[in-house]
Order: sequence, then C-alpha cells, then structure tokens
Amino acid sequence: MNAWANIKTIAKRELGAYFSSPLAFVFIVIFLLLCGFFTFMVGGFFERGEASLSASFFLWHPWFYLFLVPAVGMRLWAEERRVGTIELLLTMPITAWQAIVGKFLASWLFLGIALLLTFPIVITVNYLGSPDNGVIFAGYVGSWLMAGAYLAISCITSAMTRNQVVSFIISVVICLFFILAGFTPVIRLLEGWAWPWLVDTITSFSVITHFDGFQKGVLDSRDVLFFVSLIGFSLFSTSVILRGHRAG
Amino acid sequence: MIKVQNLAKVFGNKHAVDGVSFSVERGEVLGFLGPNGAGKSTTMRMITGFIPPSAGTVSVGGFDTLEHPIEAKRLIGYLPENAPAYTDMTVYGFLNFAAEIRGLRRDDKKRAVNRVVEMCFLESVLHQSVETLSKGYRHRTCFAQSIIHDPEVLVLDEPTDGLDPNQKHEVRQLIRRMGEKKAIIFSTHILEEVDAVCSRAIIIDRGRIVANGTPQELRQKSEWAGAVTARLGGVHNGAVREKLSQLMLAKKVVVLEENTSGVLVRVYPKQASGELAWNIANLSQAEKWTLQELHTEEGRLDEVFRTITMPDTLTENKK
Repeated sequence: MNAWANIKTIAKRELGAYFSSPLAFVFIVIFLLLCGFFTFMVGGFFERGEASLSASFFLWHPWFYLFLVPAVGMRLWAEERRVGTIELLLTMPITAWQAIVGKFLASWLFLGIALLLTFPIVITVNYLGSPDNGVIFAGYVGSWLMAGAYLAISCITSAMTRNQVVSFIISVVICLFFILAGFTPVIRLLEGWAWPWLVDTITSFSVITHFDGFQKGVLDSRDVLFFVSLIGFSLFSTSVILRGHRAG
Repeated sequence: MIKVQNLAKVFGNKHAVDGVSFSVERGEVLGFLGPNGAGKSTTMRMITGFIPPSAGTVSVGGFDTLEHPIEAKRLIGYLPENAPAYTDMTVYGFLNFAAEIRGLRRDDKKRAVNRVVEMCFLESVLHQSVETLSKGYRHRTCFAQSIIHDPEVLVLDEPTDGLDPNQKHEVRQLIRRMGEKKAIIFSTHILEEVDAVCSRAIIIDRGRIVANGTPQELRQKSEWAGAVTARLGGVHNGAVREKLSQLMLAKKVVVLEENTSGVLVRVYPKQASGELAWNIANLSQAEKWTLQELHTEEGRLDEVFRTITMPDTLTENKK
C-alpha cells in the first residue's frame, strides 16, 4: 500500500519530467513518422491488399525500438547521477526498488502512450477491410512488452554511467544482440557451422522470435514470460549496480 | 537522536572515514569542521543512509540505519552538498514531490509546502523552473525540501555555501532557531559560523576526530586563549619586556608595536585564566606606566583549526 504510493509518486514525477522537456514530443513525432513511413512506403501496406498489420506495421517495431527506447531510457539514472539528485532520491524514506520500479513504469507508460497514438493505423485498416482485431491487439501487447524489455536494458546501462551518450550506445549494442539473435540472415549464418542446439539456444534469446507469436495473434505464456523475466532480471541488475556505486 | 559509533568508510585503499564516534541530542547543533577531503561529506552520507558504512553503526532516533533504513530516513531531513534539485521541475512542483514522498497528502501537503516557502523566502520564484534559479535560490529550494516534513534530525552539508552574506545570515538564524527543538549536524569550513550557530563542534581531519567540544572549549586550545594585549605609555620596549617577563603567569612576551608614545605588547599566559590581566594592571600601576588599553584575547578558532589540521598537511607535502 505504502510501497505503491511511493512508486506512484516517483512515476508521476518522472512522467512529468518527460513532458516538461521537448524530448517527449520529439520522440512521439519521430516514432509516429517512422511508423507511418515504414508501414505505407516500405511495408507496402496498400499493395499487399490484406487487412492485417503484422507484415507491414509490427514487423518494424523491433528496429524502431532499437534506437528510440534507449533514447528514452538513457536519462533515467545517468541524469540523476550527473546532477546529484540521486543523493536526494535515495535518502528519502523509500527503498531503492520503489525508485527503480517507479522510474521504469513511468518510462514504460510513456512508451505505451506513444504506441497508442498509432491508433489511426488501426482505424485505417478497419475502414478498408475487416481485420482480426484480436490479432492486432495481441500485436500491440507484444510490442509494448518488447519495448519494456528494451527499456529495462536501458535502465541497466543508464545506472552504469553518468554520461547519457555512453548509456545510449551501450544499450543499443545490447538490444541489437537481442534482435540479431533471431534475425533470419544471422540464423542462416549460424546454421552453417554451429550445432542445432546452440542455434536454438541463441534464437530463443531473441526478441524477434518471441515477438513473432504476438504478431500472429498468439498470446503464448512462454513469450510473455520471456519479456517479463527479461524486465525483471534487468531491473534487478539495475539495483545491484546502484548498490555497487554506493558501496564504493 | 543521532548516535555514531566507530564509523568507518574505505574507498579502495583510502580510509575516507576512520573510526568516528559521536552523538547528537535534541536541542543540539553540531558543527562539523575540517579541511576539504577530511571525510565530512562521507560521514554525513553514511548518517543519511546514502552510502553504507564499511564498519561501525549509525542509529537515528533509535533506528539502526542499516537494519531499519526507512524508519531512520523518515526522521532525517538532508541537504546534500551542492544542493541538488530536479532541474526540470518548478520550485512548487519539486516541493510538492518532496512532501508527497515524505507521505504528506492533501491539506498536510499544502500546509507543509506553504510553511517552507515562507521560511525560505521562495515566494517570488515558486513557479519558476529550478534550472533557471540563481545559486542562492536553488540552495534554499533544496534546503526547503529538507525541512518540509519538519524532521527531528537535520543533516546539512555546507548549508551556507554559495550564499551571499544576507542569505548566510538568514540561514544561520534559521538553523539556530530550529536547533532548539531538533538535533542538527551541519558541516562548514567557515569558522565564524561555528560561533554563530553551534552548541558544539567537531573537527575532523583525514577521517578522524581531532577535537570535540563547545566553541568555547575549542578556543581554549588556542595559544591565544587568555593572552593579554596591553598598550602602555611612557615607557620603552626593554623595560616593559623585562618587567612583564618576570610575572609568574607569563609564558611569553611579544612587542607588537613601538613608537614615541609607548608600546603595544601581548603577553601569553602559561595557562588560560583571568588573572594575567589583573597582574599586568597592578604592575603598570606600580611602575607608573600609563595603561592606555588592556584586553584579554578569547582565543581564535581559526588558529586552533590550523594548528590541529595543518601539521598533517605539511608532513604530507614533504613526503
């Protein structure tokens, strides 16, 4: 009860911080432009002639997030450390966990808002044809979970440094690994020489593999579990890193 | 209220704080003095629970800061060094956030914010973003944050740093006023502040406490304490020096100034007491010197501070 109130207070502040700077608006505009461009121009939404969003819209999300999510997450802890407010935050009567979760939820919610603002595309596809809205809903859930996983990784890198640029670059590299592990050309390359079990293990770590099910409209508990545990593990690592700094 | 026992902090192989023990009761204002890098901020960070100690314990209001961190933190108001504040918020937003995270809601929150805004004179910048504030205002905003829940314990790391003389005066008065009901620790390297505000002072050097007492007691450690300065007319240097040196209580006589009208001398006592001035007055009467000026020095904190902490820095340099 009390813990929840603290988390809410932290999250509220953090969300306010996004919208008090131009970052939020720049991010949303760029995200929507990218979505529009890739769906209609590159993804060939009209040419396909199918009432579905998976091949033209959701397909690109792992790649958009690769750059956009670390940009949202990079300031979370790096900025606190640079300005010194971390000393205020962690001497307040809250646990480090409440701060970590509060900050994460705020950013995740922000990404959720950006994602929801793509709603015109759902209206469009419904106007033009009769898609399976359940599949579209599953795609949105998967996309949001994937964004959360990227974000949690950015939390770790943000806690590691007081430099936002360093945080951004490291988290892009880590997220890239999670994409490439399931990227078809990379899998082909691996299959050439690695044992099948190794290829399977590597691909099972990929966000693309796990996002695939959601795009097809399948809410598989294993996929959900993958993203949730990736988030949990990353936030736990963040808390370890933060404690490590203070222990000196 | 605050009890620190054998507190130590090691960074790598550097002993930032090395076995510090003291306690602060309600109604006390403890001044924390020391050269830069002596371990003042590190000690304060351990008290507030920002960094865990390598050894030793801190308890605040009976709560051990490691075992019951939340309960201990609830009692503390903390102003970190350099007064950090969220730059993207307005002063009002920031104070509301601080109040909320301290568990204040609705009317309580409103009252608390209004109270600190008034106490810290933040009315005029209330809706300005923290980023645009001058250093003095930012400092006071962070100070306001530390007292928003009317804490029983206040830990202030250089609360007057970067303020102009008027603001310094205000903050000192505020600390002294609050010190009547709270336990306060504050660090500074401005010695006049110790006299103005503290009921007790600790001098810390290279992680260890080297002096602990009331400002009065610390001053007694000075060579100056109890020294008598006298301006004598109708006499010259040699005679004065000779006669004064024969006084029982005098340790050393120094002539500060000499001209045709007389001499200015300072007599250092063997031990600080009020007697020396009497003796000099009697002597000058007996010798028919005209006594133009006579006063007893109180002892100077800056000198005590230097003699206690300097030898170390000197030997350090030689190495």
